[in-house]
Order: sequence, then structure tokens, then C-alpha cells
Amino acid sequence: MSAIAATPDAAEYSTRRLPGDQDVWIFIIAELLMFGAFFIAYIVNRAGEVDLFNASQLTLDRSFGVVNTLLLVTSSWAVVEAAAAVRGNRAALAPCYLLIAIGLGVAFIVVKFFEYSAKFEAGLSMTTNTFYMFYFCLTMIHLAHVVVGTIILIVMWTNARNGNYAAAHTKGLETGASYWHMVDLLWIFLFALLYLLR
Amino acid sequence: MSGFLRDARHRTWLLLVIATGATFWLRVDSDIGLAAAAGTIAIAYIKGRLIVLDFMELRHAPRIWKGIFETWLFVVSAIILAVYRFGLPAIGSA
Repeated sequence: MSAIAATPDAAEYSTRRLPGDQDVWIFIIAELLMFGAFFIAYIVNRAGEVDLFNASQLTLDRSFGVVNTLLLVTSSWAVVEAAAAVRGNRAALAPCYLLIAIGLGVAFIVVKFFEYSAKFEAGLSMTTNTFYMFYFCLTMIHLAHVVVGTIILIVMWTNARNGNYAAAHTKGLETGASYWHMVDLLWIFLFALLYLLR
Repeated sequence: MSGFLRDARHRTWLLLVIATGATFWLRVDSDIGLAAAAGTIAIAYIKGRLIVLDFMELRHAPRIWKGIFETWLFVVSAIILAVYRFGLPAIGSA
């Protein structure tokens, strides 16, 4: 038995570690498969109506997309810093980083509100054409994930303030962080598909 | 600034910010074309990989987990690029 444990593969495996709860990773994979199917459905539909998709895409304000990308990427970074602070026995810093992450998540939601408002005022909706059906459906499903993720961050912030995280107790923090990074990852592809690829 | 960049987490964030700017520049200045489209998808793939490996911390995760996410990134990016470039197969047209 000890001979098996001493093999290089076993030793390497024992040093490799999945952060957080394994169950959240199963959930994240399911989400990625669902969004992967959405992305492929979008590009396949686009191939059938290239001119319509290109013309409709020009009505989007790419600045909103860029700002939201920077907000989510920076929010993800703040969550990574919170986890690093807890692991480095600087847990007192974690609530500050999580508060930054929450603020940036809320900012993403506010930017989306203004973006949708401008579209509705211009008479554009989910029923305008196939491009806008995808634009509203995909970004609204993603926005729901941002809202849920922001609520999770608030729970994490409360836990951090109450001193529930420490170098030896990072599982809850890592589990919530993994979900938030998934929200970031999905937006990277949505931004490229909806706002940039013509 | 150099002190800030000594940390891998900060470098990953900066790369993501620069890559976002690069995608914006590619899209605006080239009025697309295949190279710019491929560049846009490649940058999304690279950004996604940075998030998976450094933010989600899968770089040092068991290989099976890392492999699942790497495969998702590659397959989704490859299908997007292939359909963009070649369009749809003419199914059922005899």
C-alpha cells in the first residue's frame, strides 16, 4: 500500500488540489455546457443571416461591453486577492477586497440597466430580429448569474467580517469565488460574440 | 508598479485588461476580415484560459478537472471559428 502511495503519480496527485467544494465544480461544468450550446447556437444562426447580424450588431454600443468586461475582470481579481489574503494570514483584508468585488458587480448591473434602457427607448426588443433575440436572451441569462453571484459575494463579505474565514478554513470562500470567476469567464465569450465578431 | 507586477495575480489581471483593449482595437480598426475575427476569438480563448488557470486556480488542480475546462475552452473557440469561417454544411441538399 505504501509502495503505491510513494509512486510519482500518486505523490503528484496529492499535491494537486481543487479549490472549494467539488460539487460547485460539477455545477460550473453544467453551466459551461449550457452556455457553450448557446454560443454555438448563436454562431450557427449568424451563419444563416450574416448581413442581419452584422447590421444589428452595429447598433450596440461597444463601450458598454468594454466597460463591463473591465468591471468583471477587476471584480474577479479582487476576489482572488481576498482568497490570497485569507491564505496569507491577512484575513482582516478580505472584507475590503470582497467589498470592492461587490461594488464592481453592482456597477456591472447598473451599466446593463442603462444599456437595456437605451435599447428599449430605441424600440428594440427581443422580438426585433434573431440577433436581438440572442442579445437579450443571452445577456439577461448572464445578468441573472451576475445578480446571484453578487448576492453570494455579499454572503462571503458577511462571513469574512465575522471572521469565519482563516488559512485553514477557505472552502466556503473558494467555492463562492469559483462561481464568480465562472460568471467572468462566460462574459468574456459573450462580449466577443455579441459585441465584436462581425 | 514593478512591485505590483511581481505578483502573478496582478500580472494576470493586467494581461486581461490589455487583452480587452486589444480586442476592441482589432474590431474597430480592421473592419473585421478573417484575421481580425480569428484574433478576436483567439484573444477570448487566451483570456478565458487565464481566468481558468490563474483566477479559478485550476493550473495546479488534478489533471482531470483542468482538462475538462481546457477542453471546453478549446472546443467552443474552435467551433465558433470554424462556423465563422466555413458557414454551415449544406445538410440535405442533394
